[in-house]
Amino acid sequence: MDTTAHAPLITQEEPVAAKRPWLFTRPTAKTGLVSWLTTVDHKRVGLLYGFSALFFFLVGGVEALFIRIQLAVPNNTFLQHQTYNELFTMHATTMIFLAVMPLSAAFFNYIMPLQIGARDVAFPRLNGFAFWVFLAGAIILNVGWFIKSGAPDSGWFGYAPLTSNAYSNQFAGDISTDLWVMGLQILGVSSVIGSLNFIVTIINLRAPGMTMMRLPVFTWMTLITAFLIILSFPAITIALVELMMDRNFATNFFEVSNGGLPILWQHLFWVFGHPEVYILILPAMGIISEILPTFSRKPLFGYPIVVFSGACIGFLGFGVWSHHMFTTGMGTVATAAFSLMTMAIAVPTGVKIFNWIGTLWGGHLQMRTPMMFALGFIWMFMMGGFSGIMHSAAPADSQQQDSYFVVAHFHYVLIGGSVFGLLAGIHYWFPLVFGRKVSEFWGKLSFWVVFIGFNTTFFPMHFLGLNGTAVYDGNMGWNTPNFIATIGAFILGIGIAIYFAVMIYTYFKGQKAGRDPWDARTLEWAIPNPPPEYNFAVTPSVHARDAFWHEKHNREEALTAKAATAHSASAHGGIHMPSQSWFPILTAGGMLIGSLFLANHNYIGAICGGGLTFLGAYLWALEGPGGYHMHPEPEANGKDSPAKH
Amino acid sequence: MSHAGTIDHHHDATTATGIPNKKLFMWAFLASDCMFFGALISTHLIYRLHPPPGSPSPRQIFSIELTSFSTFILLMSSLLMALAVNAIQKNYLTSTRHNLLGTIFFGLIFLGCQVYEFTHFVHEKGLTLSNSLFGSTFYTLTGTHGCHVAIGVLWLILTYIRSFKPAGADAGRPWLAGAFFHFFIFALTIVAGMATVLSGVHAHLAREPFREFISHNLLAVGTTIVGLAILTYLGRSRGAVEFGEANAIDVESMGLYWHFVDIVWIVIFTAVYLLEYL
Repeated sequence: MDTTAHAPLITQEEPVAAKRPWLFTRPTAKTGLVSWLTTVDHKRVGLLYGFSALFFFLVGGVEALFIRIQLAVPNNTFLQHQTYNELFTMHATTMIFLAVMPLSAAFFNYIMPLQIGARDVAFPRLNGFAFWVFLAGAIILNVGWFIKSGAPDSGWFGYAPLTSNAYSNQFAGDISTDLWVMGLQILGVSSVIGSLNFIVTIINLRAPGMTMMRLPVFTWMTLITAFLIILSFPAITIALVELMMDRNFATNFFEVSNGGLPILWQHLFWVFGHPEVYILILPAMGIISEILPTFSRKPLFGYPIVVFSGACIGFLGFGVWSHHMFTTGMGTVATAAFSLMTMAIAVPTGVKIFNWIGTLWGGHLQMRTPMMFALGFIWMFMMGGFSGIMHSAAPADSQQQDSYFVVAHFHYVLIGGSVFGLLAGIHYWFPLVFGRKVSEFWGKLSFWVVFIGFNTTFFPMHFLGLNGTAVYDGNMGWNTPNFIATIGAFILGIGIAIYFAVMIYTYFKGQKAGRDPWDARTLEWAIPNPPPEYNFAVTPSVHARDAFWHEKHNREEALTAKAATAHSASAHGGIHMPSQSWFPILTAGGMLIGSLFLANHNYIGAICGGGLTFLGAYLWALEGPGGYHMHPEPEANGKDSPAKH
Repeated sequence: MSHAGTIDHHHDATTATGIPNKKLFMWAFLASDCMFFGALISTHLIYRLHPPPGSPSPRQIFSIELTSFSTFILLMSSLLMALAVNAIQKNYLTSTRHNLLGTIFFGLIFLGCQVYEFTHFVHEKGLTLSNSLFGSTFYTLTGTHGCHVAIGVLWLILTYIRSFKPAGADAGRPWLAGAFFHFFIFALTIVAGMATVLSGVHAHLAREPFREFISHNLLAVGTTIVGLAILTYLGRSRGAVEFGEANAIDVESMGLYWHFVDIVWIVIFTAVYLLEYL
């Protein structure tokens, strides 16, 4: 695409800007390191999230391979006990908090504002801040690999009293659990801030005519996920605060000898932990709900039902946490109640699956790579759902608790569900983001290798689990299935390697994609690729659900409306753009320093870090939102039309 | 302000819903904060139902009169906060500043009472963070609320100082230095003032003569007086400022936070204190 034709004319809003104190001079670099460190562009923040998440996805994958090597044969000596504990703790923590959640956040950031016809999120600097805070949390969680303490080793659920000073300190000054506490705390701050931003953006920044019931389903799922995050993360924040108080200031929250109840940790953890699994799956469901209609050449079947069942899952998700605790002796009433709620939450989930099947039914299916992953998602997620509904029966669950059956279940919903959905999304939006199309052959090959590897790894675990293999224990005599699972893990690893090798090749050498290569339905496809900084040269006006589809089929009206909007926008001074800022990364840096000192029980350093955070936030406030205006040259009508490719 | 009276404080035409972004953000944040305090209060109530043997009796520890007084003060601070929001919406700058100062002052009284309460409990009643489960939950819960109030006070002070930023673009650098100085004096005066009042209370309880109290606390008393004088000087009106009716949404968001923290205190006061007197 000819970029010079769209070279925008930048004018500073305030001609007196030079008189601002140097501290508040806004960075204006559009390329290079500074432009990324100070970025407030939701698309760049999305890319930062995406690349970090993929990096940690690979880290978590390598950790999983190490675990599978250890479990390939009985009495293997590949890993030390301590290393094994660290690996299984960090595999889960990394995959959940540093891979799947931020990868979803990458899509929220990049795609959602485009889908609602917005130019950015509601609070652009805060958006950058959420990413830098995420990176700080990721560093804190992983810094243990490089110091004597080692990485966190008490399980991703950190059950009390395993995390108490008495159990988790191998030697004086072992801060691995403190790093885990601070890392998760900081990641929680990032998730909540990011989600508050998305909520305000979706509710307030919709383009004219984009009513709530015209929102693309992915945007709806973003909204529901954001609400789940802001309402569930406080529970783990408090659990972690109490644990931190126990470890740093000798309180008794989980200290059994002084009357503390370790079961309280489980409740607080799962009050967060169960909504969390919906935080992981709902974005993938949203992505699938975009891909299936596009490649079935049909509108989504039962749009309102899909939206409402998403919201219903969100509500019910807060009432099922104790099904993780059926074996703790809660009493029959509580167990029965949570059993029933868990069965109930399968209903809206099943409704969604039927709606997806309804979308496919009678459609003109185009078997492109994103569609392959999406169909894989439906099948694999259903398998995970079936084993999930088996857990809802408390008597059956008490047999399955802590067995490989549970491992099989949650890998089917997390890999077969979330990860397939996210991989589908990467394929689907790759042409939009980078302007190039992935080769169908290599894309499909990676799908099949991933699909086969995944099933070879986790399908045998159903049998292993029901036969009695406990979690984290491969030495009970079920050798063949365990060995097959390890082989499968390597096939899965090769599949993922092919997937990313193809992505990297495509980024540099792939075939150029024209505008709207999939002939899609939502507004993000209405703009050139890669998208310009200001997204929409003219704010779109929306007249129907599947707004872009409607626009493509009502060209005359759309062009007239666009011309009118363009005229009035230009009369109001052009496109308003937010200014870049140094303070998000500086404030996050203060949090990183403070948290590392706090994890090290160095309170002077922690206070200094807190002071830096405060200073950053105050200067951020004084700096003001800033902003400048742009006047992109109007696109020629011919170029504006979504040409057939 | 040139466009005084033309701002509709209940409708923002630039957003899809008409609700200003900052207000919506604050409401969503407060929803999150509800869950935050909900988890802490639940912890306290769960452990209240399952007290380990030898737990201290809260009624022997609490001084309900003092806490009732500080609760009343905190509730009244909400009134002043509401008046500040009302004043800035009408572009009455002086009245806004006075009400902000009043809110800060009442918030500080509440915090002072909490500091007094904590020191009293630790030193007189022997209740510490670690010697009982009740101590752990009580200090963590009320301390977290205290942190919220302290953050609110900090926010109020920063907004108050910002209200002096002169209009015009050429004032940036000297004003910034002045603002840091203003903040520094504010912080110093608060610390010195709290130290003065707390030692005054102790002196009163110990029936120490006033002259001795002054001579023992010369530094704190002197700093407080000098600090107040400087703050009064810095707080005078100085020409046109940037802060005005357009900033009403900033004050209102801060007010939402402040009212929320008050409401949470009503719940905590009921669940932690009053419940023990049923």
